Amino acid sequence: MPVRIQSNLFDIGAEIEAFQSGRTDAGAMVSFCGIVRQSEDAPLSRMLIEHYAGMTEKSIRKIELEARAKWSLVDCLIIHRFGELEPGDPIMMVATLAEHRSDAFQAAEFLMDYLKSRAPFWKKEFRTGGESWVASKESDEAALERWSE
Amino acid sequence: MVEVLYFSWVRERIGIPRESVDTKANTVRQLVDELKAREPRYDMAFSDLSSVRVAIDQELTDFDAPISGAREVAFFPPMTGG
Repeated sequence: MPVRIQSNLFDIGAEIEAFQSGRTDAGAMVSFCGIVRQSEDAPLSRMLIEHYAGMTEKSIRKIELEARAKWSLVDCLIIHRFGELEPGDPIMMVATLAEHRSDAFQAAEFLMDYLKSRAPFWKKEFRTGGESWVASKESDEAALERWSE
Repeated sequence: MVEVLYFSWVRERIGIPRESVDTKANTVRQLVDELKAREPRYDMAFSDLSSVRVAIDQELTDFDAPISGAREVAFFPPMTGG
């Protein structure tokens, strides 16, 4: 169950390959990668991601354990970056391996929803017009509610 | 003494990432009131507590939580990971 918090760029393809290769016990793999999005209206020069070292690892472990309790997973991979990022850079990725696709899909979505608003990361955007911290969305919080049923 | 940490715009408004605070507060809310009484920059950071989250010893909690025995109290805006 690899969890990595790093400033370095990662290679999505290589990570997926390393995560899945040699596994014969999983019939399904789902992966998601979040990417720094450019905008034509307000060009983004860079993004800075701050995190709470220590709590980050702890909270992600907890989220992962919840996912494993809810679904039948063979393994999962979580990578999240901090520090300086550029448009087009991968920010984070989640991959899940399960016997069947439904568990892999749902667990990946659950992990994403929780990483969004329960892992201590904060994004700051530097645009032509100035810099600002990304605000959380009400929809992010609402997304968590569906998992509590 | 408790170690108090600040992140994101809370850190920027207060001007430092962390400090050791000698406090008589029993709860997080009382600690916030003590800090706000110190200097305007704390008042500015904690003016709207609905936009601030708190963690005690790296676990999310609320402003009414007791801080007795806490090693670390952290203040930050809602998280924006993913």
